[in-house]
Amino acid sequence: MDFALSDEHRMVQEMVRGFAQKEVAPIIKEYDRKQQMADFILPRMAELGILGICIPVRYGGQGMDYISLGLACEELEAVDSTLRVVMSVHMGLNSLALLQWGTESQKEKFLIPQARGDKIACFGLTEPGVGSDVAAMTSTARRVGDGYIINGEKMWISLATKSDHALVVARTDPEAPDPHDGLSAFIVEIDRVGVSTGDIHGKLGVRAGSTGWIAFQDVEVPRENRLGEEGEGFKIAMSCLDNGRYTVAAGATGLIRASLKASVEYANDRRAFGREIGKFQLVQQKIAHMVKSYEAAKLLYLRAGWMKNQGMRNTQETSLAKWFATDESFQAASEAIQIHGAYGYSDEYDVERYLRNAKGAIIYEGTSEIHQLMQAGYALEYRSDPQIRCELPAYDADDWQKSQ
Amino acid sequence: MKIVVCVKQVPDTAAKVVVENGQVTWGDAPLVINPWDEYAVETALLQQEAHGGDVTVVSVGGEDAREALKHALAMGCGNAILISEPGLENADSLLTSRVLAAAIQKIGDVDVAFFGRQAIDGDVGVTAAQTARVLGWPSLTLVSEITEMDPGSKSVKVERSVEEGRQVVEGQLPAVISVMKDIGEPRYPSFMGIRKASRAEIPVWSTADIGTELVEPAVTWPELTNPPQQEVVTEIISGESPQETAAKLADKILEEKVL
Repeated sequence: MDFALSDEHRMVQEMVRGFAQKEVAPIIKEYDRKQQMADFILPRMAELGILGICIPVRYGGQGMDYISLGLACEELEAVDSTLRVVMSVHMGLNSLALLQWGTESQKEKFLIPQARGDKIACFGLTEPGVGSDVAAMTSTARRVGDGYIINGEKMWISLATKSDHALVVARTDPEAPDPHDGLSAFIVEIDRVGVSTGDIHGKLGVRAGSTGWIAFQDVEVPRENRLGEEGEGFKIAMSCLDNGRYTVAAGATGLIRASLKASVEYANDRRAFGREIGKFQLVQQKIAHMVKSYEAAKLLYLRAGWMKNQGMRNTQETSLAKWFATDESFQAASEAIQIHGAYGYSDEYDVERYLRNAKGAIIYEGTSEIHQLMQAGYALEYRSDPQIRCELPAYDADDWQKSQ
Repeated sequence: MKIVVCVKQVPDTAAKVVVENGQVTWGDAPLVINPWDEYAVETALLQQEAHGGDVTVVSVGGEDAREALKHALAMGCGNAILISEPGLENADSLLTSRVLAAAIQKIGDVDVAFFGRQAIDGDVGVTAAQTARVLGWPSLTLVSEITEMDPGSKSVKVERSVEEGRQVVEGQLPAVISVMKDIGEPRYPSFMGIRKASRAEIPVWSTADIGTELVEPAVTWPELTNPPQQEVVTEIISGESPQETAAKLADKILEEKVL
C-alpha cells in the first residue's frame, strides 16, 4: 500500500492551486455578491486544460488519471465551490459519460470539443417535480421516424446557460413495466430549435456559479444523439452520478481544508482573555474535528479515485466519500464561523461563504439521506451493483497519452 | 537559438524562516522554485517561441533542487541538468557562478543565459552578474523588457529597471540576462509538461564533469542571529472631529520625534 502522491499528482495540485489562488481567490467575493459567474473562468480553465484533465489525449484531453481529477477538484473548491461545480457537470456528469458510453462517432463529435474546452457541457436529470425519485421523471423523448422529439423541463442545472451540450435523460417508454427501464439518455445541443435556458438567482450558496433550467419544447434530436441503448437511461444516469459524486467528494474535502486553514489562521491571530484563542481547548476541539474530517475525507475520495483508475466498480465507495465529505464540510464551515465569532458571520471573511456553499452539496447528486440508505443497503446486503454494459474505462497511462 | 536558464530551489515564501542554534531553518515547510526564477523560465520560453531552438534549465543544489528543475520542465523547458556534489551545499554566489559558468560552457554554443533577479533565500542578487563576469559575456541585469533579440546578428536590446526609471541598453550575444517581474507573468505548468517532467531522467553533473575545481566558498555565514524582538505598542488616536484627530496625531508624531 502506497499513500504517497506521485510527482505528477503533486504538480497537478500545484498547477490547479496556482490558478485558483492567484486568479480566482482575489475576485471571488465580488462575484459571489453579484451572483454572477466571472466571464474568464470557463475559457481560462479550458486554456489550462483543466476541462479535459482526465480524458485521453486522442479525445482532446490531457490524459491524466482520475486521481488527478480529484486533486484538481479539491484545489478548486478550496477557493470556491463554483469552480469545482464546473468540473462536476462538465467532466464528471457529462464528458466521462461520453467516454464510458459514447460511440466513437459521438466521442468525435461531442467529447473532443468538450475535452478541449471548445464546448461546455452540462447534465439534465433533475426536474421541477423530481429529484431523488429519478424514475418518476416526466420529460419525454418520443420516437418519430429516425429520431426523437423531446419535451419537458430540467431544473437546478449547473452551467445551463453556459453550456453548448446537455446530457438529458427523458422517458422513451411510458409503458415500461419498470419505469426505470423506460428512460433513455441523449446529448442535446443547446442551440437546437425548441431549447430554452435561464438562470436561477437567489440561491443560498454557489452564487458565483451558474445554476439554471433548461426547457425542451418539441426538440427534434437525431437517433445518433442517443447515448447508449434505448431504455439504458437510468443506468447511464447512475453511472454519471458515480463520477459526479466523486468530484463533489473531492471538492468538499477542499472545503474542509479551507475551513481548517481559515480557522487555524484566525485562532493564532485573534486574542481573548490575554491569549490567542487557539490556546482554548474548546477552540482546539473544533480544529481537531476539522483535521479528522479532512484526513478521512481525503482518504475516502482518493480510494474511490484509485478504484476508478483500476477500472473497479466504485458506486459504494464513491457514495460514502460524497456523503462523508459533504456533511463534514458543512460542519467544518459552521465551526469555522464559530471560531471567527461575529466576524465569521460577515462576508468580510470567507467562512460564511464556505457554509453557504457547503449546503448545496448535501442536497445535490444524492442527498445525504439517499447516501445513508445506500450505505445501509450495502451493509444489510439489500443492495448490490449489477454489472453494466459499459464500465468506466480503467486508467492506462500509455494508452491515454497516445495522440492517435 | 540555444538558451540556458538557471534556477534555484528555495523555501516557500509562506515558510516561517527562523534562526536556531546559529543556523537558518524553515522547519518542514516545502521547497519551491525561486519565484524570481519562474520569470526567468518564462522569458526563456518566450524567446524560444520567438526564435526556435531549445531551453536547458540548470540548477546547483542538492537532491531537492530536482523539484525546481521539474517545475521548469513542466513549464516547457526541454532539458534539465542538476549540478550536485557535497562540497556545493554551502556555496556562495561566486562559487555558484563559477560552477554555472562552467556548466554553460560545457553545454556549448549558448546564446543567452537567463536568471531571476535574485534568490529569495540569500537575497544577494549578484549571481547573474558574477556568472557573466566568469564567462566574459555582457551582463544585462534587472531587465524588465527584452525589446529586441536577434540570434542572427547576435544583438540584444533590453530595458532595465533602475532607480531613476527605465534604461535602454544594447548588447551582444552571448549574454547573461537577469529579469524582473515586469517581464511577464510566468505560465503554469501544462499537463503535458507535468507528464514529461514527472518522467524526466535528470542528469547530475559534478564539478569534475564540467571541468572546474571545487573550492572553498569565499563567503560563509558562520553564525546567524534573529533580529532583536521589538515591543510594539498600538495607540489609537481619536477626536471629536477629523480635524481634532489629525491635530492630535500631528502632536503625537512631533512628540515622539517620528518626524
